[in-house]
Amino acid sequence: MNEYTYPIIFGVIIGTLSRVLMLKTDYRQYPTYLHGKIIHVSLGFIASSLGALIIPAIMEKNYTAVTILTVAATQFREVRNMERNTLNEVDDFELVSRGKTYIEGIAISFESRNYLVIITAFIGTLVYILTNPYIAVIAAVICVIVSRVLMSGSTLKDIVDIEYKELYFEGAGLYVDNIYIMNIGLPERQEEIKKYGMGFVLTPKNMNTINTVANLGQRQAILHDVSIALGVFRDSGTPALTPLIKRDLDDGRIGVFVLPQVRDVEKAREVIGAVPVLESAIRLPSQSRTHNKEVHDK
Amino acid sequence: MNLEKAILAVITMNQEKVAGGAPIFVCESKKELEQIAANLEAIMDGIAHALSEELFIIVKH
Repeated sequence: MNEYTYPIIFGVIIGTLSRVLMLKTDYRQYPTYLHGKIIHVSLGFIASSLGALIIPAIMEKNYTAVTILTVAATQFREVRNMERNTLNEVDDFELVSRGKTYIEGIAISFESRNYLVIITAFIGTLVYILTNPYIAVIAAVICVIVSRVLMSGSTLKDIVDIEYKELYFEGAGLYVDNIYIMNIGLPERQEEIKKYGMGFVLTPKNMNTINTVANLGQRQAILHDVSIALGVFRDSGTPALTPLIKRDLDDGRIGVFVLPQVRDVEKAREVIGAVPVLESAIRLPSQSRTHNKEVHDK
Repeated sequence: MNLEKAILAVITMNQEKVAGGAPIFVCESKKELEQIAANLEAIMDGIAHALSEELFIIVKH
């Protein structure tokens, strides 16, 4: 036991706790299983140990010890690869796949959460050593709150208006509003689709979001989330019953065609609204200099 | 070569209008046409698309 034992233990506990708090299992059902959780809590423990060791190492003038952080960075990049690989493997067997963009989004957030843990543990230990345990607890709580804010992105309802539209057929063509979805030849399939299908039109609220919702990965994420939350009326070997999203080229609205097992319009609207806006789908043409020459020249 | 999409079969009531590499099924009536299309769709894991009233194709997506 020395003067750093308690601060380090405090930092490690705070860091691990914040990782547990960030590891919520929600409708996305990932990671659902105990084993997945154990992996992430253990990695969180390792991350917080690293974060907690920095300050004592500096105080002991053991500056080279800090270089271990570079190892940490490599280690957690590995976490991102691990998540990406697992999800990619599993994705082929989903009835409605997640899509690469969604998987990348999940993998990125797993990596970044470990860095948030390092920072939390670092600040916890620093404040503990500089002041006293009580202030350290307050600092840690603030860190946890800040990390929660940092990790929650925006959702679709912030960027689009969601409207329910009846599906209809014009000849063999399936339409949502005026947006053509696909060609269904057989009358019995058409009946099934009319019976089980639902159509929604998402109208982007501004220039930036037109590009975001047009992203194929973002569209696949919508289909996946709806199918997870409300079930999906399809099976392998029924490619005609595939949820699809097509775009109106004129104004960038997108037509969502889904086949949910729970056919509740309000619920479906809520689920679509709660789909996360994927980081890699976000575009900001409004920041472009050429696009807004008048604004920038003033 | 890996084809992304391919016409697996053509089902028609008017043989004069079709020719080519895919298997062609000629039917007598609209009912027979739909029945064969439905069966082929299930067997081939493809989608039956209607090009016109008397011409269906099975496409693998």
